[in-house]
Amino acid sequence: MGTSFDLPGIEISWCPGCGDFKILDSIKQALEELGLSPLDVVVVSGIGQAAKTPHYMKSHFFNGLHGRALPNATAIKAANPSLEVVAVGGDGDMYGEGGNHFLHTIRRNPGITNLVFNNMVYGLTKGQASPTSPRGFRTSVQVDGVHAQPFNPLATALVQGAGFVARAYAGDVEKTKDVIKEAVQYKGYALVDIFQPCVSFNSVNTYAWFKENTYWLDGHDPSDFSKALSLALSEEPFPLGVLFRGEERMTFEGSLAAYRNDKNPLFRRAAPREAVKKLLDGMCR
Amino acid sequence: MIFPFSGEVKEVSCVLSGAAGLGIQTVEDMLARIVVDSGFSVFGSREYMSRVRGGNNSTELRIAPFRVDALVDRMDILVALSRNVRENIRERITPSTLIIGDKEELKGELEDAGALFVDVPLSRLAAEAGGRIYSNSVAAGILLGILGLGTEKAEAFFEERFSGKKGDVAGKNTTACRSGYELGEKLVKGKGLLSGMQADLQVGKALINGSDAVSLGAMAAGCNFVTAYPMSPATGVLSFFAKHAEKAGAAVEQVEDELAAINMAVGASYTGARPLVTTSGGGFALMGEGLSLAGVMETPVVVHLSQRPGPATGMATRTEQADLELALYSGHGEFPRAIYAPGSIESAFSLTQEAFRVALKYQTPAIVLTDQYFVNSFYNVRPDDLFFSEPPSPVRETGEGYRRYEETASGCSPFGVPGWGSGIVGADSHEHDEVGHVYENFKLRKRMQEKRMRKLEGMREEALAPKLYGADEFTDLVLCWGSTIPIFKEALTLLDLKQTALLAFEQVWPLHSSVDALLKRARRIVAAEGNSTAQFARLLRAQTGVAATDTVLKYNGLQFSVEEAARRLSEVFSGTGGRS
Repeated sequence: MGTSFDLPGIEISWCPGCGDFKILDSIKQALEELGLSPLDVVVVSGIGQAAKTPHYMKSHFFNGLHGRALPNATAIKAANPSLEVVAVGGDGDMYGEGGNHFLHTIRRNPGITNLVFNNMVYGLTKGQASPTSPRGFRTSVQVDGVHAQPFNPLATALVQGAGFVARAYAGDVEKTKDVIKEAVQYKGYALVDIFQPCVSFNSVNTYAWFKENTYWLDGHDPSDFSKALSLALSEEPFPLGVLFRGEERMTFEGSLAAYRNDKNPLFRRAAPREAVKKLLDGMCR
Repeated sequence: MIFPFSGEVKEVSCVLSGAAGLGIQTVEDMLARIVVDSGFSVFGSREYMSRVRGGNNSTELRIAPFRVDALVDRMDILVALSRNVRENIRERITPSTLIIGDKEELKGELEDAGALFVDVPLSRLAAEAGGRIYSNSVAAGILLGILGLGTEKAEAFFEERFSGKKGDVAGKNTTACRSGYELGEKLVKGKGLLSGMQADLQVGKALINGSDAVSLGAMAAGCNFVTAYPMSPATGVLSFFAKHAEKAGAAVEQVEDELAAINMAVGASYTGARPLVTTSGGGFALMGEGLSLAGVMETPVVVHLSQRPGPATGMATRTEQADLELALYSGHGEFPRAIYAPGSIESAFSLTQEAFRVALKYQTPAIVLTDQYFVNSFYNVRPDDLFFSEPPSPVRETGEGYRRYEETASGCSPFGVPGWGSGIVGADSHEHDEVGHVYENFKLRKRMQEKRMRKLEGMREEALAPKLYGADEFTDLVLCWGSTIPIFKEALTLLDLKQTALLAFEQVWPLHSSVDALLKRARRIVAAEGNSTAQFARLLRAQTGVAATDTVLKYNGLQFSVEEAARRLSEVFSGTGGRS
């Protein structure tokens, strides 16, 4: 199905069979079905294979530094809350290099959607372990297998207070699209961790492995926090779908004093010369 | 002649010293206000230890019937509120210093410091007024008595500051202040030190420190996005914007780290906000990659970099000018930037606006370089002397087919933002094409690198010329930049050398075209800097081929004083010191 977010005539540098192609389709279809136009949306990314996404679709785009997509996206939303901001990246980008921002962006709760293409391996740098690689995973650097405990993004997001926490699977474009739609519609920070095979560097977590080790949630009540947390902690099989959807709380941009008396985005504002003069007057007394 | 001051008193330098938490700052605020309202000028500078309570901090108040804007060593009056006055204060005591302290409190300290020691029962008078916490107001009263400024203005100050507080705090302060005043008056036999000086009621009434001058300049330039991680001595700017966020219409956030601060600034800038980050050397080092991002994305970002001694954590509450090269060379790759180093309150206000103007016009980072001494020093200025530059023009709407990185002769592409117009707005940290998409093409790379660096040519043409003070027909030139300018200016006035001029730089990059010729005219060049390797002299040599012949450097964590600057310059000129 064609969407207004398609960018024709481009060369895509992902490996043939990469899960990223399917996620890209899910994102474009989700935005299309939500009635958004490329001019409403800013896709923000860092560095990695997943972070190339903004170059492969039609919308405003900001492809920044490795690990920094969340501060970029938070600021873009804060500077113009009418924009729909989607921050995309891989597991290394969002959970490794950008780990501190991940923790604090959740606390800050900007109204952005965070899509993490989680293939449990570093693709761009050719096959090293990522924060979500399973223990024992052997690579050219982790020659004796990964020692560290894998990072659990969903449980972390839940205990940090994220209002919307979901997991999807690249292999199911339709269901992943539906989860993304829900995430975009949620007013506040929304995380979708998207399981995805890496056909070049991960021979453990393959399409077949995901099929065997995941299942889509059915009849789960996403308002139940403790159930969500226990699902986030459960493995093999891993649950897919919306684990948690809490009550919407004040967003970061909604809390800013900048918008208390003026709803205009920041780019529309004139320099507050009178306010400066008043402050100077105050300094004379 | 007034006891204990001999000769004609032209100006008065008072130093208050005491542990943190004793209310020195309240006294400083109040005295400065009263002095100015009485028609005199005041300069205040604070030096403090990196601790919240205890230790020993001091503040200098220089009071004169003429503009005062530079630190002096001279102490006419030292008020010691507590024991353990530190070496940096003690070594400034001379036989003509009047030391005021409470013997009981000081337990013999400073009594034989080689100056006149006057014992005043600060603690007892404070206790009589309502408690020992009022000893700062007794001290303020003594100083007002010595200066001969009356207590009425102090009483009004207490009323305003403490109105609504339980237990008549204002009244107790007033009582304490009055009892101090009587003592002070007696010391000078009723003839206040300022009584013989010509007051000028037209004197500048705005008391502004360096930090607020930078903040006000940013606000005047339309800064509406401020992100920072708290770090001395740069936090004042963050606090200012947090306090005035609503008035400024600014988004203000204390973030998790400096990487977030600069990356938020770049994101905001892409969206058309006018961002500022404020930090010190360590935090700025963390921002290096983000600064480079602003360079390649061509997003206007202004950084306030307030220097303190390094390396690493260095001395958190002290001053230095050693981050010039960090500011110049931070960020990998090559991209244009502008660096300003204001030397006065007035120029901190105008140059911060200039930083925003240039960052916006050339779509690249601009840095305002201050230091601990500068941000924590204040004096009185006339609001009318503060220059407001042209406000930023509104962002233009994009049209269909808009390309963010369109080639132009100046290198500056039309600036569009997402959400305004029918164009797609892209930005990329990779080398990119005109639209902003990543392409690995060597010709494109060369073209884009040249486009970005072309902007530096325009920035160079608009660079501010250094100011020359002193002899037009100089043979000797003293170079300085940033916060040391007023100090060296005054030092040279004292020395009154016929063939020497001061060349003062408030824009340190890019350099104005006049610099080359000016340096080549000098027979002798003395580089005066607050660092240990003469960084600016090195930059000038690289740019002009002219090397400084001598240096006057300071890097112990404290600012030059006027006297020290004069002494060290005269040593250089008499051939007894400083040759490099």
